Amino acid sequence: MATTANTNNVAVLNVGDEDFRRLNHMQRALRRLSKDYITIAALSVIGLLVLMAVTAPVTTQIIGIDPFTENLQKTYAAPDGENWLGTDNKGRDHLARLMYGAQISLSVAFTAAFLALSIGLTLGIITGYYGGVVDDFMIWFITTLGSIPGLFLLLMVSSLFRPGPLAFILILGLLGWIGTMRLVRGETLALKEREYIIAARAMGASDARIMFSHIMPNLLSIVIVSLAIQIGGLILTESALSYLGFGINPPIATWGNMLSGSQDFWRRSRLLVVGPGLLIAVTVLCLYVIGDGLRDAFDPTATD
Amino acid sequence: MTRHIIRRLVQAIPTLLGVTIISYLLLIAAPGDPIRQMTFGDPNMTPQQREALADIYGLNDPWFVQYLVWLTGNDWMPWKYEINSETGEREFTEINKRFGIIRGDFGTSIQKRIEVIELITTRLPATIELGLSTFLVAILIGIPVGIGAAVWHGKFFDSSSRILAVVGQAIPNFWLGLLLILFIGVSLDVQWARGGRCNLRDPRYRRVPCGQVPITERIQYLVLPTIVLSLGGIAGYSRFMRTSMLDTINSDYIRTARSKGLQDRTVWMRHAARNALIPIATFLGPAIVGILSGAVVTEQIFSWPGLGLLFIEAVTQRDYPIIMASVIISAVLTVIAYIISDVLYAVFDPRIRF
Repeated sequence: MATTANTNNVAVLNVGDEDFRRLNHMQRALRRLSKDYITIAALSVIGLLVLMAVTAPVTTQIIGIDPFTENLQKTYAAPDGENWLGTDNKGRDHLARLMYGAQISLSVAFTAAFLALSIGLTLGIITGYYGGVVDDFMIWFITTLGSIPGLFLLLMVSSLFRPGPLAFILILGLLGWIGTMRLVRGETLALKEREYIIAARAMGASDARIMFSHIMPNLLSIVIVSLAIQIGGLILTESALSYLGFGINPPIATWGNMLSGSQDFWRRSRLLVVGPGLLIAVTVLCLYVIGDGLRDAFDPTATD
Repeated sequence: MTRHIIRRLVQAIPTLLGVTIISYLLLIAAPGDPIRQMTFGDPNMTPQQREALADIYGLNDPWFVQYLVWLTGNDWMPWKYEINSETGEREFTEINKRFGIIRGDFGTSIQKRIEVIELITTRLPATIELGLSTFLVAILIGIPVGIGAAVWHGKFFDSSSRILAVVGQAIPNFWLGLLLILFIGVSLDVQWARGGRCNLRDPRYRRVPCGQVPITERIQYLVLPTIVLSLGGIAGYSRFMRTSMLDTINSDYIRTARSKGLQDRTVWMRHAARNALIPIATFLGPAIVGILSGAVVTEQIFSWPGLGLLFIEAVTQRDYPIIMASVIISAVLTVIAYIISDVLYAVFDPRIRF
């Protein structure tokens, strides 16, 4: 029962590969990734979903469906030639709503994740690099913010401000950077003691230059990994909030708010309950798998 | 050790103070006029009457005074009361004497007209009940699965538990809850699967709150919410335990145990698993946060009458005193959980000295 530290078969595969040694960190990661078929599959699924979301206005027009047109004569319809996935409680086309829902759910999560990431990255580098009072204050701030369970804080803010879609993205981003910041700060603390940073400082590089052109590139891999995971988490959060009625509200469709009122849908059309939830689960699953795959690709020594 | 606990408790003070300041500032920054809300926008009110009401409620004070009153009460502020010259009692210029949240006075619910602290204390046991059962299930399933995954490292059990863990984390909690209710409760017509904490139709317990119904009579109501809420924990614990086991198994003392000729089983269970369990103690804090956060959605789905459901109700009705109280109490619970997990870590691992 020998358990060696190097459990990653992908990495073992490349040992002794002459070409491989000449590549830089990023290229090596890409090389490893290209042999990780599960991650590639997950990436393709996400790619397809994004494609579906982006082309939704065109595709729905070609099929001849619309996510907002209500038809009270034809509610809870079973799938047929006109409405491929049936209609919802107001007679709107289910497929069209799922496609437009993808647009909102994905763009909200992606934008909020990028926002959170930029804040987390910047603050993490600055606090990690400067340390001292800045660090003490930021640590106090994130412990404070972090000791309020996430959903409590989000629900409180969205109930107080009743945000529109844009403000909602802003709130998700502004409250979601703590994890990234902790990660980046820790990494920066380790990096800033390295020789090449000392060398850069000896050569008279400014603080800003050291932080953003010497430290930041080395944080890229952990940031990319956490981005995938964060987008997945944000899709879950957004859908839960929208389901509860505190996220994005109808008539705009998101996968989350399409599930509000499921209790009434169940007896008439199960598709209305299964469809949006399944799409959320598949999307988040793929994003988590991608996150895992990227971590393995960037850091083949990590066991988990 | 005692010194360490005291130090952690002292460190918690600025954190909790920060929580109150952040939530109070959010409340102040929020649009909406409390007076208008109180009077339901009564159009017959004159501006003078509004002004008088605002005075009575202390809303004309600067925000930090209002914050101080809310935090510590106004009975110690000499400018807030006049001493009645005949009886010698304090007469407050404001509508009510406040004791401040640090003395447990969270005010009165705007919608329910009940003291918030009373609402919280009646709802908290339900959440603790659900939280405990979730925690137990998560540990009792997650840890053995994690040990198994490490023992059969790289084999079928390991990879399938890994897949299940990722799937479990990816499924939206509320959707899983909905499906369970709709499928088991509605389609299969099972009464206890439709939510609630006890059978409200049972003639024996019709007039008693659910908390007083014997647990054996209502344990089935715990099943579905526990499944939904513990899924994340099971996934997390099993992955964490697996990593921890694999870290331990490479240490020298395990090699010694093996070279003594001990059975594999003994080495894994008695030598490795025990030490691998230590880092799990640090998981307690995040676990409690996860349960509290998850409880908001899960309680809503299953109509479980706990703190989470109270919070959702308050958020829907914009019942600020309850919102503030829930946020602060959940923060206090979180901080305590982190301190406990910190202390437990030291208790389990005698090598750690503070």
